[in-house]
Formats: sequence, structure tokens, C-alpha cells
Amino acid sequence: MSKVGHIARKEFRHILRDSRSLLIAILMPILMTFLYGYAVNLDIKNIKLAVLDHDRTFESRELVNKYYNSGYFHYAEREPSPSDPERVLKTGHANAVLIIKPGFSKTIETIRTNPANLFVNSEVYDIGLLLDGSDANVAAAAGSYAAIIVNEYLASHLPPDMEFPGVEISKQVLYNPDLKSSHFFVPGLIAIILMMISALLTSITIAREKETGTMEQLLTSPVTPRQIIIGKVLPYIGLAFFDGILILFFGVFHFGVPFSGSIILLLFFMGIYIAAALSLGVLISTIAKTQQVAMMAAMIMTVLPSVMLSGFIFEIKNMPYFLQLLTRIVPATYFLQIIRGIMLKSSGLAELWLQAATLILITVALLAIATKRFKLKIG
Amino acid sequence: MRLVEIHDLCRSYGAITAVNNFSLTAERATIVALVGPDGAGKTTLFRAACGLLGFETGSITIAGFDVKTQFNHIKPLLGYMPQNFSLYPDLSVEENLSFYAGLFGLNRTDFNQKKKYLYDFSNLGQFADRRAEALSGGMKQKLALCCNLIHDPQVLILDEPTTGVDPLSRRQFWDILKKLRHDGSTIIVSTPYMDEVALADKSVFIFNGKNMAEGTPDKLTALFNGRVYRLDMVPDINQIESINALRGISARRFGSSMRLYIKPEREIADYRAAFSQFGFSENDLREIRPELEDTFIQLMEQA
Repeated sequence: MSKVGHIARKEFRHILRDSRSLLIAILMPILMTFLYGYAVNLDIKNIKLAVLDHDRTFESRELVNKYYNSGYFHYAEREPSPSDPERVLKTGHANAVLIIKPGFSKTIETIRTNPANLFVNSEVYDIGLLLDGSDANVAAAAGSYAAIIVNEYLASHLPPDMEFPGVEISKQVLYNPDLKSSHFFVPGLIAIILMMISALLTSITIAREKETGTMEQLLTSPVTPRQIIIGKVLPYIGLAFFDGILILFFGVFHFGVPFSGSIILLLFFMGIYIAAALSLGVLISTIAKTQQVAMMAAMIMTVLPSVMLSGFIFEIKNMPYFLQLLTRIVPATYFLQIIRGIMLKSSGLAELWLQAATLILITVALLAIATKRFKLKIG
Repeated sequence: MRLVEIHDLCRSYGAITAVNNFSLTAERATIVALVGPDGAGKTTLFRAACGLLGFETGSITIAGFDVKTQFNHIKPLLGYMPQNFSLYPDLSVEENLSFYAGLFGLNRTDFNQKKKYLYDFSNLGQFADRRAEALSGGMKQKLALCCNLIHDPQVLILDEPTTGVDPLSRRQFWDILKKLRHDGSTIIVSTPYMDEVALADKSVFIFNGKNMAEGTPDKLTALFNGRVYRLDMVPDINQIESINALRGISARRFGSSMRLYIKPEREIADYRAAFSQFGFSENDLREIRPELEDTFIQLMEQA
């Protein structure tokens, strides 16, 4: 056991002295947290909205003000021309144009005083909204925000039990009603970073010993391959936990990501996930002879699937079937469900035991293959 | 007592036979030098002896233990220095030593004692805090050796430890080896330098994975069959090829001069006509005593 400690201490020194790995280990998680928190922001805000108000009444101005005060829309860079309202979209001076035909205030008035009239005439007053579909995300968001704002406006002017025909009902989004992407990204980021630290860095450090020949020195000294591997990965377990907690800290205290479940449970599951990632790293190092190869292999086998195939960015249920099958062997898929469950839905062991069990199964399988391959190499 | 015994060892990589029925023994407290051209199988042989490489047939025992089945008993008795510098460049001299001490289970008192001893004869003490990457080539090799001496191994296997090291450092390195031999260590060392081969108790010439000849350096030198002439003329590759095309004589470039080897049944006078054609005469040749290298070249040509 003291030999394992010796190897671990040496490994820790390597980490401290290698500015590159230190940078990857400490600065990158922070950087990525802020990058995903701010820059890679999927929240659609600041939609440039141009307004053509043909009604020119108190009510129509009230509605327009509601748009601009919502926080989602702000003024377009140019006023639309009544003859060609589409032009501001083409030039990119606006993302959306709201067109209020004459008669808006009259319609509101009719509804308020004599709603029955409306049904008799079966005429629906519609507000026009031109959207720039070239940015589909912005368009979709603008469309639904616009409907919400109209609904809200109508709700404040109509009797509470009044049903207004022709108005869209907005979708209700559970757990993240504000549709804030940081709530999704921060837990996901922990899954990615842990995979990176555990699999990428360990496979590189083991490959480095092979590349420089020090592995041969180690193998001729009275330590077993098992002791070497355990000693080498120990510091990275610590580092992975450190990074996980670091991102959690910034996520909760800086980006206001809710944490509704049990932190103890999360750390416990984090340990299982780290074990899975480390096994993958060791497996890669049995294949890779040089650091370059290890880095490439780890990127392709761990980081890439963790980002693309885990539900971190792209929803699994929207993927083609064979990719969906692939996501089932990606450890991050399960950890992502676990960490989002614990943080956002306060799920517990009762809901998450299947994911945890699968992770353990993956770990055991990976370790078995890695051990076998490592022995073959030495023999 | 024979500390290292290798019998009829074979190891191949696919179709290439790297080590071919190789046998070698090393007595306690001797230095055995292994010499041969690149690709002769030296490193393969060493790696097999250190349990890092399997082999098809034959056997290797070190201090009576079988490498294949009892390697765990051998580990504490063995020191292996691979061909390339294989310590941790980002750790200091002392940290490298202390790491190996830990692997071999030395406690702090033992380590401090050992450290002092190693610093004394290697002169590494003044660089104790320097990172290994900042050491000179000779110092690096000394440090690698010291790391392998931390556990007082009975057998040291050193793969070209002095290649690329300056002559003074090489001599110092060999002084250490001689001291270790005096203290009872058995050392098997490969080297491309003939002057180092001459310092060993026994030399083994390996070529194409085979043990071509072995014995004391004097005995090996005496194996040379024929006569050697030296020609102080800038060698010309065409000239050497033309001479090699003749029967009973061969030529080799030796730095800025040339050597001619003549078979015992031939006379130098037989080639008078050919020499004048190449622009020199019999008088330009000086007969010299065969050296170790001449023997090796002859063995290689016969192979």
C-alpha cells in the first residue's frame, strides 16, 4: 500500500509541475463553466422587434409597450416601412415585425363589453407577426414569446373566464419554466469535465510512462501493474472531485442553478461515474503507446460522445435510432440523468438506482477488459 | 557462481528472428560486455531477461530464479537501465532517487544513508535539487544508474548506458561499474565502443541474434584470421567496392583511413596490379596488429 502511495505522490508532483495539465485540470473547468453559462447561451433574448402600428390607439400602444418591457424584445435598428415591412428582416435590422391592423382597440372594446357579439360575427382579429426564419431558434422563441405576451395582455383586459378564440396557448415547461439554459448546462458540464479529467488525463499520463520508457523501469521494480495503475489514478480521482465541486460551486452561487436534491447522494454517484471514466482511461492507455495517440483516442472515445451523445446538448429522443443505441453505452448519458435529476428534480435513489446500476455495470465491464489487456501487454 | 544463465533463447517478431538460439552466462562479480551492430538483438535480449518481453523457446535464470515463472523473486535482485533515459525529467535528482527508494521499500534512514553513498561516488550531490531534464547527458546516465543501485541489486543489466556520452563521463561511468564489480555486482552491459569492450571481463559478440563469439577481449582479438593493413588515404566508396569485388581481400573505411583485410592464404603482392589501378602502391600500406573491431568485422563478413 505504501508503494501505491509513493506512486500517487509522484504523480501528484507531475501534475503540479506540468503547467499544461494543471491548466486543463483547474482553469478549463472554470473557463467552460463561464463559457457555457454566458457565451453559449441558448436563451433567446434581445430579439429585435419592429412594429407597424396601424391602429394608433391607446390599447395598441399599450400592447407594444408590453412587448418592449418583457425583456425578450428590444427596438429594431430601423423603422419598417408600411409598404414593405419585410425589408427590415431582409436587411437584418430586425428579427421580427409586429403588425397591428386597424381595429385592435375596437376588438378589445367589443370583447370587453359584449363578448357575445364576437362569436356571432365569428370574426377573429389577428395580429401579424413576421419572423426571420433563417435563425430558426430566434424565430421559434420570438413566436412563442409573442403569443405569451398577447395572451397576458388579453388576460388583463378580459373577464377571467373568457375564452378568446384564435389565441395560442403557450406550452408549459416543467422544471425549468424560465427556459434558462445554464440550468441544463452546468450539470452537464460536470459530466463532461469529470470525463475529461478522469479518462483523458489518466490515459495520457499512463501513455507518457510508456513513451518515455519509465513504465519498463516501474515494471522491473517490485511493484505490481495493479499498484502502478492505482497509484497513478489516485490523484486524478481527487482532482476530478475537486473540479466537480468547483463547477457546482460556480453553477449554484454564480449562475443560480437550483440544487434541490441531496449533495451526499450526488457525490456518491459522482464517485461511481469517476470510476467508470477512469476505467475507460486505463483501457485507452492499454491501447495507446504514445501521449498523442492517447489524447486522440480519449477525445474520440470519451469527450466527443460525452458531448454529442449524452443528451448534454442534443436531445436523445430526437436522434436517429442507431445513435440512440450508442448513447446507451456512453457513461455520461446515465450520469447526466442522475445529476440533472438530483439538482433540478430532487430525485433520490428510488428514481435513479437504474442509472447508477448501469454505470456500475459499465465500470466493471471496462475494468475487466482493461485488466486483461494490461496483463497481455506485460506477458 | 553463475548469476545469469541464458540458454538457447529464441524470440521473433513475426517473420524476423531477433534472438536466435542465444546462450550466455555471467559469473558473479564480473562485467560482461555485449557488442554488436544496431538491430543485432541486444535490446530484445535484455528486455527478455528483465521479464518485459516473452520468448518462444529457451530459458533465462537470474540468481537461480526462472524469469518466466519466478520473476517476483528476481525483481529485488535486478537493476535494469533501458537504452533511453527513462527517469522523470520533471522531478529533481533527489526526488527521482527517493521515488525508486520507495518502490523498493527503503525506509527513510536507509535511504538517507544510501543517498549519501550514491552522491559520493557519482558526484550528483551538488545537483540534488536540479530537475533531471536539466542534467547533462553523462549526469543523466549516472542518475539512472544510481536509481538502479538504490536496492543493491546483484545483477545489473545496462542497455548502452554510455552511448552519446562524452569520453570523460564515459570513463567515470566505467569507473563506477568497476567499483560495483569489486563490490560483488554482476553487470551485463551493451556498448558500441570498443575501448569499453576491452574493459570487460568477458565480451560477447552478437550478430543477427546469435552469439557469434565470446571470451576475454584478448581471446576474441586472437580469433582474427589473416592480416590487417592500414592505408592512410581518404577512403572513396567506389574504391572500397572495387577492392571488395576482388577475391581474398576486403576493405573497410575506418574514420579518415582505410583498412585492408587479407586472407591468410593470400599475399599482399598478389594485388600489386590492382592497387596501382586504384592509385596507390604496396608501400603505402602498413601492416598493423588486428584489433577487437577487426575480429568483429571478420565475424560479420563470415556470417
